[in-house]
Amino acid sequence: MPEEGMENSKGGEERPKWNNKAEYLLTCIGFAVGLGNVWRFPYLCQIYGGGAFLIPYLIALVFQGLPLLYLELAIGQRLRMGSIGVWNSISPYLGGVGVASMVVSLCVSLFYNTIVAWVLWYLFNSFQEPLPWSQCPLNHNNTGYVEECVESTPVNYFWYRKTLNITPNMETSGSLQWWMVVSLATAWSIVYICFIRGSRPSAVYVTATFPYLVLTIFLVRALTLPGSSEGLIYLFTPDVRPLSNPQVWLDAATQIFFSLSVAFGGLISFSSYNSQKNNCERDAVLVGVINSATSIYASIPIFAILGFKAHTNYVTCLNGNILALTNEFDISDMNITVENYEQWFDSLNGTHPSRVSDLNLKTCDLQTFLDQSASGTGLAFIVFTEAVISMPGSQVWAVLFFIMLFSLGLSSMFGNLEGVLTPLHDLKLVPKWMPNELFTGKTLICLVLFLVSLIFTLGSGNYWLEIFNSYVGSVPLLIIAFFEIIAVAYIYGIGRFSDDLEFMTGHRPNIFWKVCWLVISPLMLFVVLVAYVAVQAQTHPTYPAWNPDYVNFPDTEVLPYPDWVFAICVLLSSVPVIFIPLVAIYRLICCMSGRHSEDRLHNDPNPYANEGYVVES
Amino acid sequence: MLVRILVLLYLVGAPALAQTLCQPNASNGYRVRISIKTALGNQAYEWNENEMFLFQATMAFAMRRYYKTETYNVDNIIVCNQTRRVSFWFVVISPENPTMLIPKADVEKAVSALTTRLPCRPMSNSMSRHRINNAFLLTDRTLEFLGIHPTLAEPVNPDTPPWLIVFGVVIGAVFAGIIALLVSSLLQKRRKEKGMMEDGQDEEDRQMKGVENGINLDGIYNRGFTDDDRFTKL
Repeated sequence: MPEEGMENSKGGEERPKWNNKAEYLLTCIGFAVGLGNVWRFPYLCQIYGGGAFLIPYLIALVFQGLPLLYLELAIGQRLRMGSIGVWNSISPYLGGVGVASMVVSLCVSLFYNTIVAWVLWYLFNSFQEPLPWSQCPLNHNNTGYVEECVESTPVNYFWYRKTLNITPNMETSGSLQWWMVVSLATAWSIVYICFIRGSRPSAVYVTATFPYLVLTIFLVRALTLPGSSEGLIYLFTPDVRPLSNPQVWLDAATQIFFSLSVAFGGLISFSSYNSQKNNCERDAVLVGVINSATSIYASIPIFAILGFKAHTNYVTCLNGNILALTNEFDISDMNITVENYEQWFDSLNGTHPSRVSDLNLKTCDLQTFLDQSASGTGLAFIVFTEAVISMPGSQVWAVLFFIMLFSLGLSSMFGNLEGVLTPLHDLKLVPKWMPNELFTGKTLICLVLFLVSLIFTLGSGNYWLEIFNSYVGSVPLLIIAFFEIIAVAYIYGIGRFSDDLEFMTGHRPNIFWKVCWLVISPLMLFVVLVAYVAVQAQTHPTYPAWNPDYVNFPDTEVLPYPDWVFAICVLLSSVPVIFIPLVAIYRLICCMSGRHSEDRLHNDPNPYANEGYVVES
Repeated sequence: MLVRILVLLYLVGAPALAQTLCQPNASNGYRVRISIKTALGNQAYEWNENEMFLFQATMAFAMRRYYKTETYNVDNIIVCNQTRRVSFWFVVISPENPTMLIPKADVEKAVSALTTRLPCRPMSNSMSRHRINNAFLLTDRTLEFLGIHPTLAEPVNPDTPPWLIVFGVVIGAVFAGIIALLVSSLLQKRRKEKGMMEDGQDEEDRQMKGVENGINLDGIYNRGFTDDDRFTKL
C-alpha cells in the first residue's frame, strides 16, 4: 500500500507502508522464526548438555544477535531502502555487501522452498488411513515385503525411497521425480500467490501465529503420553561438562546467528517500510527475544514426543525379548511382563544359560533410545513421523505437524524473497519494456527460481540440498554480517549512527549497544568465522549416502565429495562474497575515470545532507 | 464275554493308539501356540477342556471344507502335549482309517488362507484361517500354527492415491486465487485508466511523478520519482 507522503525527508519517494505495527512485527518474527527453531535448536540442546546449553546460547543472543538485529532494523528504517540501496548510501564502495546479501537470499530461497515442498508432500500423504510410512509395501510377487524396507524401517523407506527416490551417490543424478516436481510447483505457487499484490501482510497473520497454536496443542498432547517425562528430564537436566568444549560456543553463536535471519537483507527491506519515527530498538529486542523464546518453547513438545518414542521403542524391544523367552520355555502367556522381566531373565539365565544365549536377545536400554537424536530433515521426516504412528489419531497429529512446518517455512520464504525482490527493484534490473501490470517482474522471478530449484527434485537432489545448506547458508552470511557491522560502526561512524537513532527513537543508544557494535560483536563474529572455517577445513568433506547395496545397510555410507562437486561447494561459498571486493574495485575504477553521472541514480546523496531540505522551500 | 473283552480292549486301545500317533515333532503334526492374554488382555478367557473341544471342532470344520467328500469329526483331531504356554501338538487322522494320518501338506492347505484383501473376501479356502481365528477371538499372530506362515496383510491400494486428491484440491484453490487476483488487478487498472482519461488535470501532476507511478496496485516500489525532477521544477 504505497503512501504518497511528501513528508519523507528522503525526497518523497513512494514506498509501500505497513498497515499497522503488528503486521511489521509479525512479518519480522515470521521471518526469524523458521524451521531451524523447531528442528535444530532442540537437537543442539540435547547433545550439548540439556539446560546448560542455554548459557552459551543466551550469551550469544545478548552480545551478538541483538546488536546485529538492532543495527539492521535501524539502518533499514533510517535510509529507507532495500539492502543494496542502503549499503550504497553508506559508502559506494560497500555496495557489494548488498549484492552479496541478494545472492545469498537467492540461493537460500532455492533450497528452502524445496524443503517446504517436502513438507507439502508429507502433508498430502497424511490424509490416508493407515499412514503410508507405517507399513512396508509388498514386493512384486507378493511373497514378502520390499527388502529395502525390511532391512531399514518403513519410515526410512518412505523418506528415502518414496519421497526422495534417492540415488546411491552424488555422481548418479537420477531423473526428475514427478511427484516432487508437482509438490515443488505447489510450494512455489503458494509463495507466488502470497507475494503478488503485496497481499503478503494478510497471510502473515496466519503463518506467523499458527505455529504457536500447534506447538501448544502438541505440548498439551505430548505431556499426556507415556514416556514424555523421561524425554523432558533428559532434555533439561543440565550438564555443565560439555561447556568446556569450544565447539559448544561455536554452535551456540552460529545457531543464534542463522536463527535470527540477519545478513539476508530481508530485515532491512522490512524495516524500510516503516515510518522513520518508529522505535526500532524495542522492535529489535522484541523480535530477538521472541525468536529465542520460541526455540525454547518448541523444544518442550518435541522432546516430550521424543521421550514417548524412546519409551515405545523400549517397550517394543522388551516385548520382543519377552515373547522369545515365553516361547522357548513354554511359560504361561503374559507371566513375564515389562515390570518383572529382569527377575525372570536372571532366573532363566541362571538355570538355562545356554538356551537363553541361543535366543540372541536384544539389549534394551531406555537411555540408548533416548540418545538416538536427529536434527533437520531427519527429525521431522524420520523421527517425528515414527513417533506420530504410535500416537492415537495419527492422521490428525501428522496433519497438524506438517501444517505447522509449512507455515514456518512459508513465513521465512517471505523474508527470503523480500531480500531478492527489493534489491532487484533498486538495481532496476527489470527491463523497461516489461509491462508493470500482471506483476510480470515477480512472476518471472518466481518462475525462474522454480525452474532452477528443479535440481533438487532429481534423484540426487537431497545431496545437493545439503551442499547448498552447508556452503551457502553459513560462511557467506558470517562474512556479510561482519562487513555490515564494520561498515556501520566504523565507516558510517558510530557518532552519526547514534544521531540517527536519536532522531528515530528519541534517545541515544546506551553504552551497551555502542560497546557491542564497536568491539564485542565484530570480535565475536570474527572469532566465530575463523573457528567455523577452521573446523570445516579440518574434516575432509564427506556426505552420508543412502545405498541399499551397502554392506552395512541400513547405516548410511560415508562417501567423500567428488572433486567437481567440491569445486562447486567452494564456488557457492565464494561467489556471494566475491561481490564485495568486486563492486569496490568497480567503483574505484569508475571514480578514477571520473564517470559518476550514472552513479547518482544508484548512489543517493548522503541522507544527512537531505535533512536540510524542507518541502516549503 | 469275549466280545466284552474285545470291546474293552478296543475302547482302551484306540485312544492309546491315537495317542501314539500324536507326538511332539510328529512328522505329520503341527504345533499350535495360543496367546490369549496378549490378544484380549483383561477379557481373556481361560483355556480349558471346552476350548480344546472347540479347537478340535474348528479343525474338523476346516478339514470338511477342504475335503468336501469326507466327513471329519472331533475324534479325528488328536491333541497332545499341552503346555502352560498354551501350546500343543495336533494330528489329523482320516475318518475312514483311524491309523492313517493326513499328510502335513493337506492339513496346511486346509488351514491356511490364500492371500486376501482386507476385509476377508469369501474365497473358498481362504476363509478357513479367518474363521478359525474368529472362533477364538484371536489373530494370526496370537493363534500360531508353527510352520504355516500367516498370510501377509496386503496394504490397501486405492485406485487414486489419496495424496493426489489433496494436491488437486490445494492446487485448484491456488490457481483460482491467482487468476482472481490477476483479473481483479486488470479490472482495477482499466478503471484507473478511464479515470485518468476523464480527468486531464491530473496528467501534469502525474507526469511529475513519472508515468510508471500510475499503477501502484502491486505494491512494487517505484523509483520513478527522482530528485532531479524536483530540482528542475524549482
